[in-house]
Amino acid sequence: MAARIAVVVFPGTNCEHDVAAAVERAGAAASLTWHRDRDLGQADAVVLPGGFAHGDYLRPGALARFSPVMEAVAGFAAGGGPVVGICNGFQILTEAGLLPGALVKNRGLRFVCAPSRVRVDSERSAVTAGVAVGTVLSIPVNHFSGSYVCDARTLAALRDGDQVVLRYLENPNGSVDDIAGVANAAGNVVGLMPHPERAADALLGSTDGLVLLAALLAQAAGVRAA
Amino acid sequence: MRFAARVEVRLRPGIADPEGATIERALPALGFEGVHDVRAGRSFRFEVDAADEQEARRRAGEIAHRLLANPVIEDSVLELEPAGPGEPD
Repeated sequence: MAARIAVVVFPGTNCEHDVAAAVERAGAAASLTWHRDRDLGQADAVVLPGGFAHGDYLRPGALARFSPVMEAVAGFAAGGGPVVGICNGFQILTEAGLLPGALVKNRGLRFVCAPSRVRVDSERSAVTAGVAVGTVLSIPVNHFSGSYVCDARTLAALRDGDQVVLRYLENPNGSVDDIAGVANAAGNVVGLMPHPERAADALLGSTDGLVLLAALLAQAAGVRAA
Repeated sequence: MRFAARVEVRLRPGIADPEGATIERALPALGFEGVHDVRAGRSFRFEVDAADEQEARRRAGEIAHRLLANPVIEDSVLELEPAGPGEPD
């Protein structure tokens, strides 16, 4: 039976159907989960998609963190379940304290919407397990607040713990250490600014996003079997 | 009692502030020379009901810390004073 992916929808989320279509193309069953739900159902993995949850008011992710569903997401993550935040979803995970650091306005106050090349720098994550370190993927970014920041001690811990999952080859936003994606210490919670669901069909110019989504589905299947 | 709170949120030292930097670069074009260290921030005002000032300060501080500011990147400063008689509600 196909892995079940819960795709969380906040008011203002706008990438949920793209994510659902992409994971279904990769062989999973997707179900949209409203932010007021306190239950993730039988999900084997959770994706927080991109968009503007709660209008991005205050700060991106600052209000979404208090949505009822986030308690279930935190519980699922604490149990080792794969949780992936894409773009706005990444911002929500940092605001919720499920990932270290924060995402601030891009260098030069420039909105960036472009293909980006990222390198896989760790296999210890729910979206890169089994993907060789050094693999370069072309996946689009689309954000205003995508510049990753953290203090020096956190950065050292991320490097030592092999938690920097993806780095930009050409840094589009001023992220510290060219960071495009990070994982928690256990590797099951991951946030990334590039949108793998937008690189899931040759018509979109790249299918490299499927590499990350396939890895996620494999992790989800592992959860199912456990 | 009702207290008026003002919370100023600003980026912590060492966190890049592209808004402040852009404003600083724009000032000479307007004829304002010799302006340094421009930092952009945000200010929030609200009123809070509490038994006394200590409780009001504790609650407003928690609001500032848990919601209005992200402690990873921002500091907050709280100012509090007794609110004048407001509209009956």
